[in-house]
Amino acid sequence: MVSSTQSFTFNAENLARAEKIIAKYPAGRQASAVIPLLDYAQRQNNNWLTQAAMDTVAKMLSMPPIRVYEVASFYTMFNLKPVGENFVQVCTTTPCWLRGSDGIVSSCKKKLGIGMGETTADGKFTLVEVECLGACVNAPMVQINDDYYEDLTPELMDKMLDDLKAGKKLAEGSQTGRRGSCAQNGPTSLTEKAKTNA
Amino acid sequence: MPKLTINGHEIDVAQGTSVLQACEQLGIEVPRFCYHDKLSVPANCRMCLVEVEKTPKPVASCALPCGDGMVVHTDSVVVKNARENVMEMLLINHPLDCPICDQGGECDLQDQAMAYGRDSSRYNEAKRAVKDKELGPLVSTVMTRCIHCTRCVRFVDEICGTPELGGIYRGESMEIGTYVNHALTSEMSGNLIDICPVGALTNKPASFTARSWEFQKTESIDVFDAIGANIRIDTRGNEVMRVLPRLNEDVNEEWINDKTRFAIDGLKRQRLDQPYVRRNGKLQPASWNEAFAVIADKIRTVKHEKIAALAGDMVDCESMFALKMLFKGLGSTTIDCRQDGSDYDISTRASYVMNSGIAGIEEADAILLIGTNPRHEGTLVNARIRKRWLRGGCRVGLIGAPVDLGYPHKFIGNTPSSLADIASGKHEFAAILKNAKKPMFILGAGALARADGAALHHAVRELAEQFNAVRDDWNGFNILQLAASRVGGLDIGFTPSNGGAGTAQILSGTMDVVWLLGADEIDTKKLGNAFVVYQGHHGDAGAHRADVILPGAAYTEKSGIYVNTEGRPQMALQAAFPPGEAREDWKIIRAFSEQCGDALPFDNLHQLRVVMVGHAPHLANIGMATKAKWSAFGKTGKIASQPFAPVVANFYMTDAISRASVTMAKCTEEIRPYQLPEAAE
Repeated sequence: MVSSTQSFTFNAENLARAEKIIAKYPAGRQASAVIPLLDYAQRQNNNWLTQAAMDTVAKMLSMPPIRVYEVASFYTMFNLKPVGENFVQVCTTTPCWLRGSDGIVSSCKKKLGIGMGETTADGKFTLVEVECLGACVNAPMVQINDDYYEDLTPELMDKMLDDLKAGKKLAEGSQTGRRGSCAQNGPTSLTEKAKTNA
Repeated sequence: MPKLTINGHEIDVAQGTSVLQACEQLGIEVPRFCYHDKLSVPANCRMCLVEVEKTPKPVASCALPCGDGMVVHTDSVVVKNARENVMEMLLINHPLDCPICDQGGECDLQDQAMAYGRDSSRYNEAKRAVKDKELGPLVSTVMTRCIHCTRCVRFVDEICGTPELGGIYRGESMEIGTYVNHALTSEMSGNLIDICPVGALTNKPASFTARSWEFQKTESIDVFDAIGANIRIDTRGNEVMRVLPRLNEDVNEEWINDKTRFAIDGLKRQRLDQPYVRRNGKLQPASWNEAFAVIADKIRTVKHEKIAALAGDMVDCESMFALKMLFKGLGSTTIDCRQDGSDYDISTRASYVMNSGIAGIEEADAILLIGTNPRHEGTLVNARIRKRWLRGGCRVGLIGAPVDLGYPHKFIGNTPSSLADIASGKHEFAAILKNAKKPMFILGAGALARADGAALHHAVRELAEQFNAVRDDWNGFNILQLAASRVGGLDIGFTPSNGGAGTAQILSGTMDVVWLLGADEIDTKKLGNAFVVYQGHHGDAGAHRADVILPGAAYTEKSGIYVNTEGRPQMALQAAFPPGEAREDWKIIRAFSEQCGDALPFDNLHQLRVVMVGHAPHLANIGMATKAKWSAFGKTGKIASQPFAPVVANFYMTDAISRASVTMAKCTEEIRPYQLPEAAE
């Protein structure tokens, strides 16, 4: 953990959202709101949780701070160390691996010049390896911040990273233009349009 | 009442009993790590698996309530295999460092691996290693040895009320720790050492000093507070190596506080090991005969009503009784065991003991604390209140300095005027007390030492009667004493009588000779020009002021009866010998009486006890709290408006022994900053 002496307070918007979540639970059961509150705190704080942020959540929910640390350290989606502006999570679980995630990983490493779990010197990128994110149909894939990018090839990955470096916004979802999860060469069934009932 | 069969034996158990408990009732051993009968049941170690007929797999018996008609086996092949497999899993990441582990020889994992494990390991892969945690000056950690039973997490959470430990990260990476490094703030964190079933949490001051099988074990009584926790003193040779709790459900359950456990290194420092006599303003070594002669010569030259005795907080009944007898022979009744100067009505025994008893706290349904911080003044009483609160249906109110007690409580006010608010029903807590079936009032001894202590005492007695807390089946009037010697001293009458004067006059500078029996918590300047005899074991405040020092025995070095705050006489046994020429205190007094030409009528401890029990018969009921008879007591007076001040300024340094302890000095430095009072509810 990176200890932090800085303080943390929710901004007005997040505070209102947090209070709404807390109000969902009966009196004495506010601790149930810990995960959404940590999520808001993380979003407000450049995608990572300081000790001050966790302590603030603990106080809001009348929980001992250690109970919040337990939750935050248990879930991998909470970052306890600073991360780059673009948090690149490469899936390397079996379906993605079979579809070439090794190439995606090496493309990222080469392009960014960092290893797994590292952050670029300019603070723009953090690269991590994750387990299945549930988008196997369009494997291989990565998650960057909140969005999924699917049907990747090393070349596409390179281009995406270049675009991100240049500050461009990426189109989320399949990078080959596939709609949803339909077969790669177009639909194989239900090709006709549904007939309208007379 | 479910009826079940375990290993062919039929047994009827109470509803809600777990299979593990039922096995215990039958005397069948079930191995376990995470289960502890004072803690909640997480069922995560899986060591207590048993076979239950008609279930597909072995079941964790600690979390399985007994059901009617259940057929349980603990000696089948299935169970044997299950235990071997669980043990094998537990040992995967456990290092093979028993030879250098302080737990070795008293380790649950070692014993159970021996009894229930496989004969050899099949594991050839790498073991994980975990970074040690810094938990302060008392508990040392070797976290690689941790088997994640979470007893420690539950202990600080449930018993101490200071939830600071947790399981952080997960799976293979899971670690027990505080996440943010800091010392544990509980006053009973030392118990973690006992409940840890492996060598992950061990005694830091005692690390690498001894093996458990080298000790001489002596069952004794703690004297650092008035709870009278039952302890076991482990000695090697003449050195006290460690102190452990003994089980006594009525007093300390199976816990002791950290002062009891760790202040023992103070027994080796600042000791008085030979008599001293002040000559030309300087204390110089002397023989016993010289020291006695100097005192006897002095006493002969002064009037007997100018001779006084004060007994300290850690003195046993026998010593006080012998001194009382000596003073009777000298013609003085100016003796007092209340060095704090309290002067409330002690005419009836019920007025100075904890009438409900410590175990009685568990029956109470409303508790009002007055002028006390039980967390520091009686840690185990506080633990008992927390236990009661945790069960639900009990509200706690506090009139006194605001503190963090480790459980939610209603802070009513910190001045005595809040007592009137309760009496008049002005404060909402009055309604809670009124509706309670067994209301409890706990008045701190510190508050009684105030100038208006006697009036407070009276006011609280009236309050208890007003709320019907004193009945045939319940007595909710309680004094939480601070000193181990206090109730005993009052019981044997170590108090002024027949015109004798009390502490206030003794400390007014008008006495010619003052005999301090282990009395250090006084302002020695107030002794004036008196000739001071200090009989005790440590070179503390009293000894510095003394004209003659008679080296006595500390609590570990003599057998003595101590009466705890409940009025329960308990016998401490001698575990070591006093250092150098120091002697047991009653012997010193007996020897001196001979020097004065009027030998006390006992030649050994037994004879002394026979005489003493003649004066206070209930002292013969060792281990029993005799119910005190109730009568209207108290002295009315004006109650001041000044707020209650914290009585124990520093929990870790309250007496001559703990002030001499290096460990307690470390606690003062590292733990106390975290314990400074916080506002309550």
